[in-house]
Amino acid sequence: MSTVELHKVSRWYGNVVAVNDVTMHLGPGVTGLLGPNGAGKSTLINMMAGFLAPSAGTVTLDGRPLYRDPEIYREVGLVPEREEMYDAVSGWRFVLANAKLHKLPDPEDAARRAIATVEMAQAQARDIRTYSKGMKQRIKMATAIVHDPQVLLLDEPFNGMDPRQRLHLMELLHRLGDEGRTILFSSHILEEVEQIAGRIEVMVSGRHAASGDFREIRRLMTQRPHQFTIRSSDDRALASAIIAEPSTSGVELVVDASGGSVVQIQATDYSAFIHALPQLTSRHGIRLLEVRPADESLESVFSYLVAR
Amino acid sequence: MNATVAALTSRSLLGRNRTLVLLLLPLALLALCVLARVLAGLDADIERELDGSLAPDLLGSFGIATLMPLLGLIAGTGSIGPEIDEGSIVYLLAKPLNRHTIVVTKLLVAIGVVTAFGVLPIAVAGIVLTGEVGTVTLAFAAGAFGAGVAYSALFLLLAVITRNAVVIGLIYALIWESLVGAVVPGAQTLSVQQWSLAVVQRSLGDEAERVGLEAAVGFGTGLVLLAVVSVIATVYAGKRLQTLRLNDET
Repeated sequence: MSTVELHKVSRWYGNVVAVNDVTMHLGPGVTGLLGPNGAGKSTLINMMAGFLAPSAGTVTLDGRPLYRDPEIYREVGLVPEREEMYDAVSGWRFVLANAKLHKLPDPEDAARRAIATVEMAQAQARDIRTYSKGMKQRIKMATAIVHDPQVLLLDEPFNGMDPRQRLHLMELLHRLGDEGRTILFSSHILEEVEQIAGRIEVMVSGRHAASGDFREIRRLMTQRPHQFTIRSSDDRALASAIIAEPSTSGVELVVDASGGSVVQIQATDYSAFIHALPQLTSRHGIRLLEVRPADESLESVFSYLVAR
Repeated sequence: MNATVAALTSRSLLGRNRTLVLLLLPLALLALCVLARVLAGLDADIERELDGSLAPDLLGSFGIATLMPLLGLIAGTGSIGPEIDEGSIVYLLAKPLNRHTIVVTKLLVAIGVVTAFGVLPIAVAGIVLTGEVGTVTLAFAAGAFGAGVAYSALFLLLAVITRNAVVIGLIYALIWESLVGAVVPGAQTLSVQQWSLAVVQRSLGDEAERVGLEAAVGFGTGLVLLAVVSVIATVYAGKRLQTLRLNDET
């Protein structure tokens, strides 16, 4: 059982703050590190993998500082985001080389087991450069688990995987997490994270925006205020009916020069509102012509969590 | 020294078509020497030249001044640079391995490559030109080896500290050593080429004066500088590898 502890960790590059005052505790089980691109996920993983010194704060593994200590890699496995490996060697040779670099007592056996775990035995004799993206991802995974580490860090492991490979990796992470290992993987896709991670840490713009069980994060994300633009057969009647709904907090009737109008709505509870809307319109005999949610990028969703 | 690191390094250094590229320069040197030998058989003037200063000139200007820096650049930067650029170095760094062991292993592989593709061809060229395993052949092989070690260590360090190692290495080898060194005498004292020529000069003994070879530094200075630069570059490369940033993305 290993724990990775981040205490008041910041990391800046010149004037750019990549990670800002993050305190996090990673224990056994699968944790998802969720955040849009550029949120500081990779910087955080690099610090947990001992490759980057925090500018302030401490990053420790079971109380030991991680930076510049090659011995930590006996307990830590890393799946980097970048795809490049030693592509002129076969998958088998590469995983075996990794086992030998760990100075394992029986490198052949360890390599065989790791390759079997990621189900790459049938392609292990081929050179890595002939592999598909998903196969490379699996070989990367095999190199990270070949020494049976207690802590496994994966940077965007699902990138470029097809649904079947994705499912397979999810099962594998589940299993490794159930065995009591501390597993952290990063992703910018909520659905990906909530399927496997018991716990989610959300990063936005270098800050630790939210932390908790995936249901909690899901609720925070779906229950934030949502903007809708609606056109209907009677916008004024619709506007007055909507403001009476407890799931909304604001309504604006926008009338343009030609006399046409739209209703802009701020809903405080996304799911309650989308359930109430059709009932409300049928009750008042209003016909909906268009319901358009405001275009919300993942970034704006995450930003809400930060501003909260 | 780590055998697995050495195997991975030599595979990426000599993999695919790189061996062919590495073979081009020594083959050109050998072809030139064979041509000189053949012409000497046909023309007595050329044969006299060959017995005089032609052999040392060829081995010095083509072998030590051109072949060795270029091979050192390819082997020194190639033993670690591509891995750092691509990010695959992470597979070596995320291991319980001493960083100095990684650098020293890679340096040994690079030295092996410059020996096989530089020092040995220079020795063979010496034999072809002089017709014997004599002083000239041995002196130039020794000098080439010294140059090969120092160039490999210097260029390996360059590859660890900068992404522009090949360009900077080329500027050093071609502009500083050849161009600036030829015009500004002081620049020659800071030149791997001259340090290794000092080794050649000492090994040639009295022959050196006859063939007109004179290094810019003395033997002791040359040898010490070759050793000191190689050791410092290697130690510093190991230190820099300890704090190597894998990627600068946030």
